[in-house]
Amino acid sequence: MTETTDAGGSRERSPGAVPILELRGVSKRFGAVQALHEVNFDVRAGEVTALVGDNGAGKSVTIKCIAGIYPIDEGEILWDGRPVTISGPKDSAALGIEIVYQDLALADNLDVVQNMYLGREEVTPLRALDETKMERRCSETLASLSVTTIRSVRQTVAGLSGGQRQSIAVAKAVMWNSRLVILDEPTAALGVAQTRQVLDLVKRLAEQGLAVMLVSHNLHDIFEVADNITVLRLGQDVARFKTSETTQREVVEAITAGTLSTVPGQEEEVQA
Amino acid sequence: MSAITPPLPTPAAAPTATIGAYARRWLDNVRGGELGSLPIILGLLIIAVVFQVQNDRFLTAGNFVNLMVQGAPFALVAMGIVFVLLLGEIDLSVGYVSGVGGVLTALLLLPDGSTVPTSVAIVAALGSGVLIGALHGVVITKVGIPSFVVTLAGLLAWNGVVLLLIGSRGTVVLQDDFVIGFANDFVPKGAAWVLMLLAVAGYAGVQLWGLRKRASAGLVNDPLLIIGLRIVGLLVALGFVVWVVNQDRGLPYVAVLVGVLLVFWTYVLRRTRFGRHVYAVGGNAEAARRAGIDVDRIKIICFAICSLMAVVGGIVLASRLRSVDTNAGGGAILLYSIAAAVIGGTSLFGGRGHIKAALLGALVIASIDNGLGLLGLSSGTKFVVTGVVLLLAVAVDSISRRGREQSGRA
Ligand SMILES: Nc1ncnc2c1ncn2[C@@H]1O[C@H](COP(=O)(O)OP(=O)(O)OP(=O)(O)O)[C@@H](O)[C@H]1O
Ligand SMILES: [Mg+2]
Repeated sequence: MTETTDAGGSRERSPGAVPILELRGVSKRFGAVQALHEVNFDVRAGEVTALVGDNGAGKSVTIKCIAGIYPIDEGEILWDGRPVTISGPKDSAALGIEIVYQDLALADNLDVVQNMYLGREEVTPLRALDETKMERRCSETLASLSVTTIRSVRQTVAGLSGGQRQSIAVAKAVMWNSRLVILDEPTAALGVAQTRQVLDLVKRLAEQGLAVMLVSHNLHDIFEVADNITVLRLGQDVARFKTSETTQREVVEAITAGTLSTVPGQEEEVQA
Repeated sequence: MSAITPPLPTPAAAPTATIGAYARRWLDNVRGGELGSLPIILGLLIIAVVFQVQNDRFLTAGNFVNLMVQGAPFALVAMGIVFVLLLGEIDLSVGYVSGVGGVLTALLLLPDGSTVPTSVAIVAALGSGVLIGALHGVVITKVGIPSFVVTLAGLLAWNGVVLLLIGSRGTVVLQDDFVIGFANDFVPKGAAWVLMLLAVAGYAGVQLWGLRKRASAGLVNDPLLIIGLRIVGLLVALGFVVWVVNQDRGLPYVAVLVGVLLVFWTYVLRRTRFGRHVYAVGGNAEAARRAGIDVDRIKIICFAICSLMAVVGGIVLASRLRSVDTNAGGGAILLYSIAAAVIGGTSLFGGRGHIKAALLGALVIASIDNGLGLLGLSSGTKFVVTGVVLLLAVAVDSISRRGREQSGRA
């Protein structure tokens, strides 16, 4: 990481100023698979930006590049307008990026508190874990997000339902000093009521001045909460919309038949 | 501050869960496959009854002291094994690594020419254990070879090192009263009572301090009755042990060593960031990595701890036998130690288990070994019975894991 954050001082920045995060011509290959090809993408504080695309379009890979899990092959990532190198989850967390993955990444054998503080445990001056402090802040965070279905924060995550796990993962992301929260398919496995809760939560995060990046297949959800939509197709960004100025039909068209700048070789037909 | 401003906490007046709620949570856990120490304590009871019926020397003070001294090396080595099992890994080299530790200590303490102080010899042996384990860990994580294979190679290589160190001597007699004292000297009877009371007072202090801290933070505590029962239970159990052993030779120093290390490693696993990360890596390595945990570092440290504890066990075994020979680290020590950790309730699938599993498992193993010995049965029978018990323990582990999967706790 070549940049450090100025401690969230620009949280209240009005939408429309410099994007908090900007990808410029980012490419990523896995051997023969060109997962991303010169992708441009930006996210602004106080807005929900949706990233859509068919299965295998490269949404999850984009997120993992931002997280520093995959190093990018070409292009650059700008944070507050300045180029940064994110070479691991520690770097992205230090910038204020929090990610809720599609596969949630919770450790089943740990309880709710242990999961929410994983890798950032509070310790007492004697370097012992400060369980009391962690448990209290977890309960407070869950309460503030109206997550009321969890009986005990000392329950192991293995015993929770999909919706409860999703809530824990979202709560985990916003509990930190985050400026950008990225959600990969946050409602995919949820019932009606839980989806409602998560969408409300997403809106609330943006209202608080955070930048929110939302990945989803559900256009209905996206049209409800997103301000902007970027469409990925076969690893390329093929279209950008303002939600208020477009229709679901237009977006679907871009997802399935958006114009590619370069036609990838054999994999084109593979797309299901 | 958090993105969402939390409401101000309103600490209620020290809430505690009701006994009913506590019992329900416990039952939930058992049903969900978190059996805890339940099967093992049942097993120990059965073993005690069966052997006592067969031979009334089994439950005597003298035999109880023997059992402690016999089980201690397994318990110590098994403590290290728990760390690697928690990662979902295995260490097959602990037997001969313990041999290297015992032989090194005995050689360094030989009164020929280069006499080193006892402390230097012990530290050197322990240090070599750390280095050996770190070497295993580095090869496993950085080269990417499964721990099974690396430590299998280690099993052979460290056996070779034992033979090379012993050379043509055949047997090296341990010539240091301090080291021999571990397994052959006993805590003065009055001092044993004081130690016991200190341990219980310490435990009670920790429990009550935690109670106060949670209460002042407005968090729900376990029912006071349960906390009281735990303290009284420990007092009764330790008091009984001291009372029994004091009717014979007394409390062996190794028992104190096992107790101290049990508390120390439990603290490391349950109360430090490192310990938390060990569980996380064993439960979901990918989640740990994404949380910014250096997974390789955690693994290397665990293998180092494992070999370190193998050396501690090796020194104690050498102390008990008062000598080391070319068989040091061979025989049953490897399998008995791994079996102890597993029988005690450490999951082979990683992420589940406690240090106390090492102690409970070693008690079972030592009881079987000792009891069958009293009945005059051969090593052959001992191995068959221990093998069956190990299989039973692994079966309980697998079945309770299936229980977790069925209750949606994959
Ligand atoms: N670690 C990897 N190694 C090799 N190829 C990968 C890897 N991760 C992703 N890919 C490939 O990159 C492409 C994009 O995958 P990605 O997971 O980003 O899709 P997605 O848009 O998230 O799809 P979905 O909607 O199904 O989650 C796919 O062709 C995938 O096979
Ligand atoms: Mg995906």
